[in-house]
Amino acid sequence: MSDRTIDRVAQATPVRAARKIRGLSDRAIAWIFISPTIFLLLAINIFPLIWTIKLSFTNFKANRIGREIKDVGFRNYERILTDSDTWLNMQATAHFLFWTIFFQVLIGFALAWLINKKFRGNDLWTTIIVLPMMLSPAVVGNFWKFLYQPQIGLFNYIIAWFTGKDPSSFEMLGSVQLAPWSIVIVDTWMWTPFVMLICLAGLRSIPDYIYEAAEVDRASKLRQFFTITIPMVLPFLMLAVLFRGIENFKMFDLVVQLTGGGPGSTTELTSINLKREAFEKWRTGYASAYAIILFVTVFGLASIYVKALNRVKQR
Amino acid sequence: MSSFSVTEPSNRSKWIAGFLVISYALITMIPLVWILLTGFKSPADAISYPPKVVFDPTLEGYVNLFTTRTRQTQEFLNANPPQNWADEIVRQYDMVIVGPSKFGERFMNSVIIGFGSTFLSIFLGTLAAYAFSRFKVPLKDDLLFFILSTRMMPPVAVAIPIFLMFRNLGLSDTHLGMILLYTGVNISLAVWLLKGFIDEIPREYEEAALIDGYTRFQAFYKVVLPQAATGIASTAIFCLIFAWNEYAFAVLLTSATAQTAPPFIPTIIGVGGLDWPAVAAGATIFLIPVMIFTILMRKHLLRGITFGAVRK
Amino acid sequence: MTYSKLASASAIVFAATTLSTTAQAEDLTLCWAAWDPANALVELSKEFETESGNTMNFEFVPWPNFADRMQNELNSGGKLCDLLIGDSQWIGGGAENGHYVKLNDFFDAESISMDDFAPATVYAYSTWPKGTPNYYALPAMGDANGWFYRKDWFENEDIKAAYKEATGQDLREPESQKELLQIAQFFQGREIDGKTVYGAAIFTERGSEGITMGVTGALYPWGFKYENTPGSYDMEGAVNSPEAVEALEFYKELYKTATPPGYTNSYMSESLDAFKSGQVAMAMNWFAFFPGLFADPNTGGEKIDFFVNPPQNVAGSTLGGQGISVVSYSDKQDAALDYIKWFAQPEVQAKWWELGGYSAHNSVLQDPGFVDSAPFAGDFLLAMNDVQDFWQEPAYAELLLAMQKRIHDYVVADQGTAQEALDLLIEDWTETFEDEGKL
Repeated sequence: MSDRTIDRVAQATPVRAARKIRGLSDRAIAWIFISPTIFLLLAINIFPLIWTIKLSFTNFKANRIGREIKDVGFRNYERILTDSDTWLNMQATAHFLFWTIFFQVLIGFALAWLINKKFRGNDLWTTIIVLPMMLSPAVVGNFWKFLYQPQIGLFNYIIAWFTGKDPSSFEMLGSVQLAPWSIVIVDTWMWTPFVMLICLAGLRSIPDYIYEAAEVDRASKLRQFFTITIPMVLPFLMLAVLFRGIENFKMFDLVVQLTGGGPGSTTELTSINLKREAFEKWRTGYASAYAIILFVTVFGLASIYVKALNRVKQR
Repeated sequence: MSSFSVTEPSNRSKWIAGFLVISYALITMIPLVWILLTGFKSPADAISYPPKVVFDPTLEGYVNLFTTRTRQTQEFLNANPPQNWADEIVRQYDMVIVGPSKFGERFMNSVIIGFGSTFLSIFLGTLAAYAFSRFKVPLKDDLLFFILSTRMMPPVAVAIPIFLMFRNLGLSDTHLGMILLYTGVNISLAVWLLKGFIDEIPREYEEAALIDGYTRFQAFYKVVLPQAATGIASTAIFCLIFAWNEYAFAVLLTSATAQTAPPFIPTIIGVGGLDWPAVAAGATIFLIPVMIFTILMRKHLLRGITFGAVRK
Repeated sequence: MTYSKLASASAIVFAATTLSTTAQAEDLTLCWAAWDPANALVELSKEFETESGNTMNFEFVPWPNFADRMQNELNSGGKLCDLLIGDSQWIGGGAENGHYVKLNDFFDAESISMDDFAPATVYAYSTWPKGTPNYYALPAMGDANGWFYRKDWFENEDIKAAYKEATGQDLREPESQKELLQIAQFFQGREIDGKTVYGAAIFTERGSEGITMGVTGALYPWGFKYENTPGSYDMEGAVNSPEAVEALEFYKELYKTATPPGYTNSYMSESLDAFKSGQVAMAMNWFAFFPGLFADPNTGGEKIDFFVNPPQNVAGSTLGGQGISVVSYSDKQDAALDYIKWFAQPEVQAKWWELGGYSAHNSVLQDPGFVDSAPFAGDFLLAMNDVQDFWQEPAYAELLLAMQKRIHDYVVADQGTAQEALDLLIEDWTETFEDEGKL
């Protein structure tokens, strides 16, 4: 960042040999190389974003082509923010975010810590554990629906086998109490390996000599864990939380397949509601305002978080 | 490793750690194993209670996945003997195979769009990454952050204007539209990952080449590209997996011509009633390539999933 | 079905000679939902292919995604479908947004008369504005929500005796909604052939239209109306009338006390699954599935019988079914119209019913042999006499999703009371109609 002003004026001539080259200048090459990417990103991301902002102030409906488009000012925003259903969706999203991250960090870190004991074959088992996170959430989520079937589902059967309950006596996806936890379970199953991998990298980045020094100081293992392991892994862990946070705020495919937002609206995460407004009810203007609110929320939260992360890193 | 090392865990703690990790791995595999098994069950076995672990394997699910069938009258069935083993299987339900299902097409769409967008992302991404890595680009950090931030948008949010844009340009439900879209999403990952890989290639190689009279372009593709081959390959696989798994855009912007497999597989139904063996068969075929790639990629996995932020 | 093979074969020959084949051969795509009748239509259309030289392709979308996919397709001006067998509620949007070709001139030119089709189907599937002679579709598939049950259980002496003992009444096809509930509750949790069975499989699906289609099966017999005066959008006192509240409470009771566990998000295929796996004594579903159910090797034939949605205060059934329309974005409208012309012929309609499609053509429905041609044929005629449909407004999707939410919140997620759910529904609907400029 510091040399940005210099960049603006200076020619890009990083190597001494540059003067010798024929043809295009480095600066021209740099722009030729970068501009297609920037152009594509502008077309696919920024232009749509601006368009969304514009639409969010109208009553436009994409399925009513001939209809007059009226400017409605902040009415869409007002409606969304004063609608109690919006806040219920936000709550459902917050519940999902908090508990998925909580469990993934807990289990992910524990696994990484165990794998770091370097038992024989740990590489192989790490690879196996990682598999779920690489798979299509829609396809896997759809299959989990089958596992959650009250009578015939394997999940219910296994739980019933351990608890002695009747496997048709509880409905993972159908009951208001259990459904929010069912989506947390599947997301945790899928994404714990992600946190695990990052934690493992953190653990492996701790040089042995720090522990050796601690041994010399006769610090207990427990003490070493809290004074060395945790602080050293923390920046990694926070990075993992950032990624999971952003991803789960956007969460759509997995939950759509599992519950579709039900029962009632118990698991209707914001992005599911957004999809309903935009592509089922076709209230394009309203949905655009909703999208902007979501974007501002995730961007704002992420920026605050990144600041905190940087502070931890610098320590 | 030296037995004197204080950081080396004791055998007992290794044993316990191994036991716990392996238990977790086995539990986490259960749903995947169940997908595989269900694909080889008959519909009746698939929904039996209690769930069957031991069953007569059948290819019914796979036959149902790849074919469309109709119910026929007894006279018709008697008059037309089954033509092959697959036909034989569906005959037990008084049905005949009348043609292929859409699964093959949808799967091919996944392949076309996946590879198309991966190729484009890698092509554009390598160029941009090289420029970011080797040249002083004005506002470099801002541009790089901008590229990353495009990933924060919920896909459903961007989908509204993209839907309108595609409608106006005639790109709705086309392969080209989806390739461009996935490239737009993937390119941030490609640039960030590739920049990391190219950063790791010593500049001296190119400088030597430049002194030897190579142009910048020549140095780029004759020296840098071969050096970055592994990095490019692993980046490509990450892009491919993303495009392969993507659901939200696919379900909102495609309908038949360019629909990929993820929106399609959950909607596989039999003749009346959900056909779980066929769904499982489709899932198996769809997931296996990704599993293989994951195993091949295990060394670069961490890097891929963190946009190169963590490199080990 | 018992239509004579010979008759239909000769009819096809007749059709072949009368159909004009002047248009050049085209590749047509017909879009519909993926279900039993769609397969029958593929069979049926083979004759069109031989006669006209056109090739028929089909895009069948599963029900839970059908509306989303097709609305998306139409709204993006897609050319995928030349012909669309679209749901009855889409007709308003199809007409007003210019998705469907208006068929009046074509009907006149080809002397296809809407008087030849059952009036309820013409009203529901073809006209916009409702009831005016402006046609955007030809009735293709008559349908309503009906019931089927395990005849073998209902005729089992032990079960009959147990029912008599429990209720003091004879076990029979229910003749009122409340009797249906009583029977369902009787079967709920009962052991039959060593298996626990349940009362009834009903629609509770949240995502598309399921629970609305299910609950209206109770609302209509209680006398539910959408408006006090048709066309006034005056809903207060109609939508939340005491009868409507009672009907909604009834549906919740049916759901809570007489359905299999886990049927919290069930629609057509789940209802079929429940029945075919022997879990339930009764199930609701569209007539469209009845031929397939009757043919089922495990639970069909002698083990199954059908009844029309029972009345309560009045007779009433939820309308399903679709008309066939020509999509205005298609480049092959002439060939598509040829298909409709071919499809409208009485002979083809007869064959259609024989293959498992529900023809809406009077020549089929009024045929003296019709009632006996299938065990559910008479029930179908009965149901079609008293059908009601959901709003068919261009904004139907908003209206439907609001109802899905309010009903599901109350019935499945236990939020609020029936009165509150319907009051909230009026609020949602009022907002939509205000946005539409209709209030």
